[in-house]
Amino acid sequence: MSIEVKNLNKSFGAFRAVNNVSLKVETGELVALLGPSGCGKTTLLRIIAGLETPDSGEILLNGEDVTRLSVREKKVGFVFQHYALFRRMSVFENVAFGLKVLRGRDKPSRSVIRDRVHHLLTMVQMDWAVDRMPHQLSGGQRQRVALARALATEPKVLLLDEPFSALDAKVRLELRRWLRKLHDEIHITSVFVTHDQEEALELADRIVVVNKGVIEQLGTPEEVYDHPANAFVHNFLGNVNVFHRRDGNGQPGVGFVRPHEVGLGRERRKDTDVEGTIVDVRIRGPQVAVELSIPGHEAAIEAEIARDAFKALGLVPGDPVFVDLAAVKIYAEDYTI
Amino acid sequence: MTRGTRDPVWVRITLITVTVVFFLSFLVLPLVLVFAEALAKGFDVFLAAWADPGALSAVGLTLLTAAIVVPLNAAFGIAAAWAITKFAFRGKSFLISLLDLPFAVSPVIAGLVFVLLVGSRTPFGEWLGTFGIKIVFSTPGIILATLFVTFPFVARELIPLMQAQGREEEEAALTLGARGWQLFWRVTLPNIKWGLLYGMVLCNARAIGEFGAVSVVSGHIRGKTNTIPLHIEILYSSYEITASFAVATILVFLALVTIVLKAWLETRFDRQEQGGGHEH
Repeated sequence: MSIEVKNLNKSFGAFRAVNNVSLKVETGELVALLGPSGCGKTTLLRIIAGLETPDSGEILLNGEDVTRLSVREKKVGFVFQHYALFRRMSVFENVAFGLKVLRGRDKPSRSVIRDRVHHLLTMVQMDWAVDRMPHQLSGGQRQRVALARALATEPKVLLLDEPFSALDAKVRLELRRWLRKLHDEIHITSVFVTHDQEEALELADRIVVVNKGVIEQLGTPEEVYDHPANAFVHNFLGNVNVFHRRDGNGQPGVGFVRPHEVGLGRERRKDTDVEGTIVDVRIRGPQVAVELSIPGHEAAIEAEIARDAFKALGLVPGDPVFVDLAAVKIYAEDYTI
Repeated sequence: MTRGTRDPVWVRITLITVTVVFFLSFLVLPLVLVFAEALAKGFDVFLAAWADPGALSAVGLTLLTAAIVVPLNAAFGIAAAWAITKFAFRGKSFLISLLDLPFAVSPVIAGLVFVLLVGSRTPFGEWLGTFGIKIVFSTPGIILATLFVTFPFVARELIPLMQAQGREEEEAALTLGARGWQLFWRVTLPNIKWGLLYGMVLCNARAIGEFGAVSVVSGHIRGKTNTIPLHIEILYSSYEITASFAVATILVFLALVTIVLKAWLETRFDRQEQGGGHEH
């Protein structure tokens, strides 16, 4: 089921959380809404779900206008940041909830509900915990149950609000990969909100970069990472070294270069290479982070190169070095995060 | 506790002594005196005071009042707490302060307000009188006054509880297709039930014991508009001391039951707050 949002607006008092946003998510896609906290991404997700009412604009599911429908009528699966499991119900009761509240002809029989709950819990690898209470489970386990609960009514759309942000790093990584696998297996259209660029890059088919209620860029992970549309996107997606420079027309601007795009050499290889000094060297797994100082540039510059290449150069702190900054990309506009 | 944070011995002894002396002289001693006075002329007189038609009707009226007031205020308290914690609207903080009005105003004033509002000499009271409906100096007045005096108990108990629990579970239930009533019965009510019962016990205790407001609107008609506290007061002022203390023991028993219930509910409540408990 495709999701389409047209000219959506939402304000809380004087604060514009969502500012004229239009967006289309194709059937079967896994899309990330990525942005800093307070940028409006969660509000956008909640409006799609029907948990918030937009001030203006339309929401279409499979081409059908559902803007005025209630949450219940929209039938989307929703996963909350803090799980929102029913604390007085067992894991079984939690997952069965969406089936038990169905009325009349739609209501499945007890045995159908039981089979379905067991199937879902097996899928999320939580079948062993069917009689446990939510407070007896770890964060990662609770989120798996919450996911099974959201999928119980077989929604065509799954919305996830920072689903992994309350979990510790290792569990987060594991659940992330597992969600990708699950998404591909059950043919569902998913949208998830995150402030973690790594999570968005790894998980999503497409990334929607949001800032101050506006979509800054929409594209595949490669597009937004390698060809950022503006200074905000460039800065938000990964580490950057920042330069204040004038652009081609002599206007003041800001330049960015990612650490892995900075070249290092013992000899000058290009006319544009600048001379610098190595300040510090830190090993980061297979990569080496090199901190450099360049005359006329206050902040230290970080370069990241492969460990083997660094070994071959044989550089130590204090050594002079030629720095290739040709990859710097300059943006004219002012921006703030 | 380490030596460094421990209070000196004399401080501990003084505080414990003050507490115990206060407890004995202001709580235990009067309680013992009530029973001593009630049984002063023997068990037969004690039972006779209980069996007196006036006393029995006072007990009946008190129980009737509590039976009407407690469910109504429970429903009102849930509605108010729900409105305050789940919706955003203008004038919310004003509404919260207004909830405390019955605690802030003297019960006598509360009673007088009803006399001024629906008394038989007011236009509204006269109009009601043409239909044969009498509010002040009859049972409806007593129920109204008690309703007013006891309405904050449940809401006061539920508002902080529901605020702490947030709206996420309700939102989750909505996304799973629950209708309003399903959401309330299956999600909200189980989450607040111990707090609700606790508030209802307090509300009940006050409804039974209320004197001031009820005294103004009652008219003190023996066997008709007397509640237990009013009956005790009448017996006392007509020098039937033993009988008045005998009836007072009924209130003492009800108070003891309330305390036990309250203590039990508090332990359930704490367990719920810790996320524990296997009541299912």
